[in-house]
Amino acid sequence: MIRFIVRRLLQLIPTLFGLSILLFIWLRRLPGGPETAILGERGTPELRAQIRKNLGLDEPLLIQYGRFMKRMLKLDLGTSISTKREVMTEFLERFPGTVELTITAMIIAIGVGIPLGYLAARRRGSFLDSASVGGSLIGICVPVFFLAYVLKAIFSENLQLFPSSGRQDPTLGATRITNFFVLDGLMTREWDAALDALWHLILPGIALASIPLAIIVRITRASVLEVLSEDYVRTAQSKGLNERTIRGRHILRNAMLPIVTVIGLLTGGLLSGAVLTETVFAFSGIGAFLYEAISNRDYPVLMGFIMIIAVFYVLVNLLVDVSYSLIDPRVRVR
Amino acid sequence: MSTKTDKIDRLGELTAAKQDEHGVSLWTEAFRRVRRNPTALVGIAILVIFVLVAIIGPWVAPYSPTDFIGKGEVRSGQGIIPGPSAEHWLGYDHQGRDELSRLLVGARQTLLVGIISTLIGLTIGALVGGIAGAAAGLGGRVGRAVDSVLMRIVDMLLALPSLLLAVSIAALLGASLTTVMIAVGVVSVPIFARLLRGAMVAQANSDYVLAATSLGVKRTKIAIGHILPNSLAPVIVQATLTLATAIIEAAALSFLGLGNPDSATPEWGLMLAEAQRFLDIRPGLAIYPALGIIITALGFTLLGEAMREALDPKLRK
Repeated sequence: MIRFIVRRLLQLIPTLFGLSILLFIWLRRLPGGPETAILGERGTPELRAQIRKNLGLDEPLLIQYGRFMKRMLKLDLGTSISTKREVMTEFLERFPGTVELTITAMIIAIGVGIPLGYLAARRRGSFLDSASVGGSLIGICVPVFFLAYVLKAIFSENLQLFPSSGRQDPTLGATRITNFFVLDGLMTREWDAALDALWHLILPGIALASIPLAIIVRITRASVLEVLSEDYVRTAQSKGLNERTIRGRHILRNAMLPIVTVIGLLTGGLLSGAVLTETVFAFSGIGAFLYEAISNRDYPVLMGFIMIIAVFYVLVNLLVDVSYSLIDPRVRVR
Repeated sequence: MSTKTDKIDRLGELTAAKQDEHGVSLWTEAFRRVRRNPTALVGIAILVIFVLVAIIGPWVAPYSPTDFIGKGEVRSGQGIIPGPSAEHWLGYDHQGRDELSRLLVGARQTLLVGIISTLIGLTIGALVGGIAGAAAGLGGRVGRAVDSVLMRIVDMLLALPSLLLAVSIAALLGASLTTVMIAVGVVSVPIFARLLRGAMVAQANSDYVLAATSLGVKRTKIAIGHILPNSLAPVIVQATLTLATAIIEAAALSFLGLGNPDSATPEWGLMLAEAQRFLDIRPGLAIYPALGIIITALGFTLLGEAMREALDPKLRK
């Protein structure tokens, strides 16, 4: 098991190395080059030349790349143009928000998706089945940002059930420890703060969950249907095992592998949705900040965030592979 | 050449197959199944209407989509955008242009965005995946090396969440509709590459490849003439599904401000993105293009799913 993980970690090195080259080239190819990225549009030719010299842009590419990598390894991602703060600081401050949102979305998607997909498969052809298949087909086709706006308009602006923006009511004056607002509230026993933070997560969480939910329902349904036709399920039924055991040990466990794959892929992909959802709900996570960075052409932030997210994404995929071998012993052999 | 044909004839004799006996091809069979599948028919119906609107839209549009005919009546700053009326069925957009005309004309651009970005992804992806698949399936040690280098590059593209990859490309190329199409297309490259490679590697182990190899058919010919055509089904299904996601992703990029900065030429994604600012005043401006996108995407998805089912050999009778 440990050998498997180590081998997978080693395989990450060439991927990340290639990615760093891509990003390096990318930054150099941006319209106006890095000096525009730092100065914005207002730099004079003298200032530009000065910056090119300071950044060592007049030196050979290989040396430049070496320096770039050295900074990357020291986790020095430069300074944001718009906020004048370290990119890493900005990231660490906002990342907890996105993690909270992603977890909420995944809890909704998995908590609703797997039971729904399972029931749809067990009652194939029923109304529930057609409704969940149809619903999931439509769910994939709705643009996330549009759904977010619709949810916001209905549930927060018209019905006033949920807050329309932010991560927490600032008037609560909640204590910050980890920047995970829900966790902070629980740790400091400020229950109202925790509840309020949770309340702020529901609508963006649902919007973000829509696509993963749709996909999980369909994969679960397909996977369960396939397992249901296996001989061992019939054997289990005919030897009189109770429904719960058959469901847990025979059907779900065997149906789980494709579901876990998809969940892993979706978790990484949620970051894409987070950019859109966080923007609509003015939810201060990395997604909303990325949106600002795009509109401000804040290239250091864009590049730094993309790099960190890529590493994170790759690690999530590693976790998925590891969880495979926990679920299915056959994978371990390979 | 004739010796090979002789060999094949002799093979036929050996297996005692009748001269004129032949099964229905996978595609004929799949086409028949798609035709009998009600969901597929719904999908096709949606797409026929969509393509029809895309073609004839500019001619049936009651007004010019770029004329600010209602400019005098629209005060979007003060929250005044006139709604539907007898002359303007869906009202004006935020700049006083006829919304219905823009929707009708915009279908063409939307279809174009979907098709071109899918074609970009399909072409590059199939090329990379096809070479990797052929190399892996047939090429021995060198082939495996080629395959693994190509696939590592594909993995690198997959290491970025799709929207961020698209954003990086868009930052490089500047905001425009072409950028959106390239960005959305590149995002789907790794998917196509992996699918085709996977299918080709699986096909490389089948009996007909062994038979062709033992008959002395050249390896490149086996790869192109035998393995490739038998591996295309999942790629074509994916292309249909990608048409749906491409239109949705293009809308998301427009929403992030990476789409065409000039809104003169109507496109549903761009219209939806722009209308978000006026959601409180006239939600319809967002709802119409959104419905257009959702229904169109649904059409492609339904057709794609039906094709997937129809082409699945496991379901063949």
